[in-house]
Amino acid sequence: MGSYRAHALVCGGAGCISAGCKAVQAALVNELKRQGIENEIRVVETGCIGSCDLGPIIVIYPEGVFYQRVKPEDVPEIVAEHLLKGRVVERLLCRDPETNELIRTYGEMKFFNRQVRRALRNVGVISPESIEEYIGRDGYKALGKALSSMKREEVIDYVKRSGLRGRGGAGFPTGIKWELAAKSPGDQKYILCNADEGDPGAFMDRSILEGDPHSIIEAMAIAGYAIGSNQGYVYVRAEYPLAVERLGNAIKDARAHGMLGKNIFNSGFDFDLDIRVGAGAFVCGEETALIASIEGKRGEPRPRPPFPAAAGLWGKPTNNNNVETFANIPPIILNGPEEFAKVGAEKSKGTKVFALAGNVVNTGLVEVPMGTTLREVIFELGGGIPNGRKFKAAQIGGPSGACLTEEHFDLPLEYDALTKAGAMMGSGGLIVMDDTKCMVDVARFFLDFTCDESCGKCPPCRIGTKRMLEILERITNGEGREEDIDNLYELASIIKASALCGLGQTSPNPVLSTIKHFRNEYLAHIRDKQCPAGVCRSLMNYVIIPEMCKGCGICAKHCPSNAISGEIKKPYVIDPAECIRCGACMEKCPFKAIRRG
Amino acid sequence: MSPESRKFSKVDAIIRNHDSKPSHLVAILQEIQAEYRYLPEEVLTYVATALGIPAATVYGVSTFYTQFSMNPKGKYIIKVCNGTACHVKGSEKIKYLVQKELGLNDKKNTTDDLQFTLETVSCIGACGLAPAVMVNDNEVHGQMTPEAMEIVLKDIKSRKDTTEAAAAGKEN
Repeated sequence: MGSYRAHALVCGGAGCISAGCKAVQAALVNELKRQGIENEIRVVETGCIGSCDLGPIIVIYPEGVFYQRVKPEDVPEIVAEHLLKGRVVERLLCRDPETNELIRTYGEMKFFNRQVRRALRNVGVISPESIEEYIGRDGYKALGKALSSMKREEVIDYVKRSGLRGRGGAGFPTGIKWELAAKSPGDQKYILCNADEGDPGAFMDRSILEGDPHSIIEAMAIAGYAIGSNQGYVYVRAEYPLAVERLGNAIKDARAHGMLGKNIFNSGFDFDLDIRVGAGAFVCGEETALIASIEGKRGEPRPRPPFPAAAGLWGKPTNNNNVETFANIPPIILNGPEEFAKVGAEKSKGTKVFALAGNVVNTGLVEVPMGTTLREVIFELGGGIPNGRKFKAAQIGGPSGACLTEEHFDLPLEYDALTKAGAMMGSGGLIVMDDTKCMVDVARFFLDFTCDESCGKCPPCRIGTKRMLEILERITNGEGREEDIDNLYELASIIKASALCGLGQTSPNPVLSTIKHFRNEYLAHIRDKQCPAGVCRSLMNYVIIPEMCKGCGICAKHCPSNAISGEIKKPYVIDPAECIRCGACMEKCPFKAIRRG
Repeated sequence: MSPESRKFSKVDAIIRNHDSKPSHLVAILQEIQAEYRYLPEEVLTYVATALGIPAATVYGVSTFYTQFSMNPKGKYIIKVCNGTACHVKGSEKIKYLVQKELGLNDKKNTTDDLQFTLETVSCIGACGLAPAVMVNDNEVHGQMTPEAMEIVLKDIKSRKDTTEAAAAGKEN
C-alpha cells in the first residue's frame, strides 16, 4: 500500500446507496484519474457513516471535511477546489440549524461530536471489504492477545468485569452467559450471533455487519475460545442481502489470513464460522426459535429451561449473543474491562447505539454513553422535531417496548431506568413522533405486527394478540365500547403472564403504555368517535370547500382511489364512498380548500 | 429433456450442493425459490423424498416463513416498508399508489402478467430514510412520496420493455 496525502471516504451504507452514492464514487474515481492524482488520493467505500438523511456523503481526511448530498456533477468541483487547491467547497457543507453557520468538519457536527463510538468504532471509517484496514485499526489484536496470553477463564473474567450486558434487548450480563456455556459439559459447543434484527425501527446490527463485519468475526472467535467452541453461526435476516454479502466476503478473507480455521495464531485453537440466512420470521430473534431455524425447522420457540447454555443447537451447549454485544468485545479484551466501564451508568456500562428515526431532524444511528437522557438524544443529537411541530412521544424498543413522553425527557436511557419507567431498552430503536400521530393507531400498528408474527405455538400469544388487535381495530374504526380499555388490560396481563416466549410476553407493552400516557386519546375514540390527531381513517372525512376551490383538478390527479371528480374551473367533489382517507388531496391542494372533519 | 425433468435437475443440483442435509432445508428452499420465484407444490414433495423427511415437514417449513411463497411471484417484487418509522411517515400512501398504478388490491398482490408483486414488509432497516421501498433485493429507494414512487414504477416498466424488446429481437 503506497502512502496517500488524502483519503476520500464515500459512504456506502444502504441509505447512501439509495441516494445514488455509487454514481458519485464512480465519478470521483474517474475525476481523480483525469486529473492524474489517483495515486495521491485514496477513495474508500465505507459502511454507514450514520446520518442517512444527508446522503450521499463524502468525508475528506485528514481534515475530516464533511460534504453532504453530493451529486456526481459536484465531484469535479470537489476534486479541483478541495483536493487540488485545498479550498473547501462551501456550498456542499452542512449548516448549523440554529445559527445557520457553516459546519466544515465531521467533528463539529452535534450529531457526531456528542457520540462515543465504540460498537460503531470502525463503521463509516474503514472499508468493510478490506481486512487490512480492519487490522490497521487494531483489528484481530484482541483475538491475538486472548489466544497468546490469556486463559479461557481470564477472557470470561474480563467480560464479566466490564459489566457488558446483552444489547439485543433483555440486558442479561454477557460474561455470566459465557461462563454458563463454558462450564456446561459437552465435547461440542456452538457460538451463535443473532443478526435477525427484526424490530421495526432498529438498524444498528445491519450497520455493523455492513460496515465492520470483521469485528463480529473476531468477537465470535474470542467467544469460541472462551467457552471452548470451534464452530459459530451468524444468523442474518434475509432482508439484509448486503450484510450477508459483506460478511461472507469478510469470512473468506479471515480464513485466507488465518484468523479463522485451524490453529489460529499457532495457538492450537480452531474456529470457523458459517452464515445462516433467515427467511422472514420475526420470532427467530428469540434464541430458541433461532436455534430451531438453524436446524432447518420451523422457527418456533420452546420452553426454557433447558437454556441454550446447557442444551442449544443440536442439543449441544450454545452461547448466543447479539451483533452489537459482540462488537463491544474486542475493545474490552484489548483495553481491559476498566476502560470499558469508564463510561455508562451504574449498572449499565458502556455505550448504546440508538436508531433515531421518525419525526426528528437528524435521522440515523447514534452511539451514546448509557444513561444519556432522552432529551439529549432527541434534541441535541437529533436536532429536535422538524416542521415546527410539537414532540408527542418516542417509541423505544420496538413491538416489545413502550412509548416515552415529555415527562421522560430527563430519563437516563439505560436498562434499569427504562424498565422502571415501564419501558425497555429493546434493541435500541427510537422512533420519534410529533403531534400529528395517533397513539391508538400506533398501538394498533404494533399489535398488528406481533399478531402477524406470532408463530402460533402458544395460545396466549396466538389467540390473545388477535383478540387485542380486534379490540384496537374496533376502537380505531369508531366502534369502541366503554369496556374496551378494561378488556385490553385484562388480556394484556394474561398474555404477559402466560405466553411462551419474549415475543408474546412483551407484546402488550405498546398498548399498556399508550393507555397509561394517552388515555384521553383512547376515550376520544371510544366516546366521541373522534381521532384528535386526525389519523384514524374511519373517523374522519375529507371535504372540498366549494367557495375556496378554484377547480384546478390537482386533487383529482393525486387521488389514488379516483374518488374526486369535477370539471376544470368548477368546484370538485369527493365521493366519500370511494375515498380511502389518505389525505393526499389535502396535502396537494394549492388553495387549502380541502378540510378534514 | 422435458421441461419437467429439467425442473427437477436444477432442484437436484441444489440439494446435492447441500449434501442432502435436512438441516439445510431452509437454505435449500431459498435457493429453489430464487430459481422459480416460488415453491411449486410438486417440488416440495420432491425435496421431501430427496432429503428423506416427511412432506409435512417441508410443507410446514415453507408455510412458516414469510419469505416463501406457494404462488408465483412477479419478476419485480416491490416491498413497501411498513416498519414503525415508515408507518409514521406515511408508507400507506405509497402502498395505495402502487396498488392504483398496477391494478392491485389487498387480496390480489401480483399482476396477471407476473411482472409485479406488491408486498408490505415490516422493516428493511432503512429507517433513517423513511418511508422506504425496496425493489427485489438490491434496490432501495428512500424518502419516498407517491410522486417519486410513480417515477420509480415508470422506470421499472421501461426496463421491462427494453429487456422484452431485446428478447423479442433475439427470437426474430
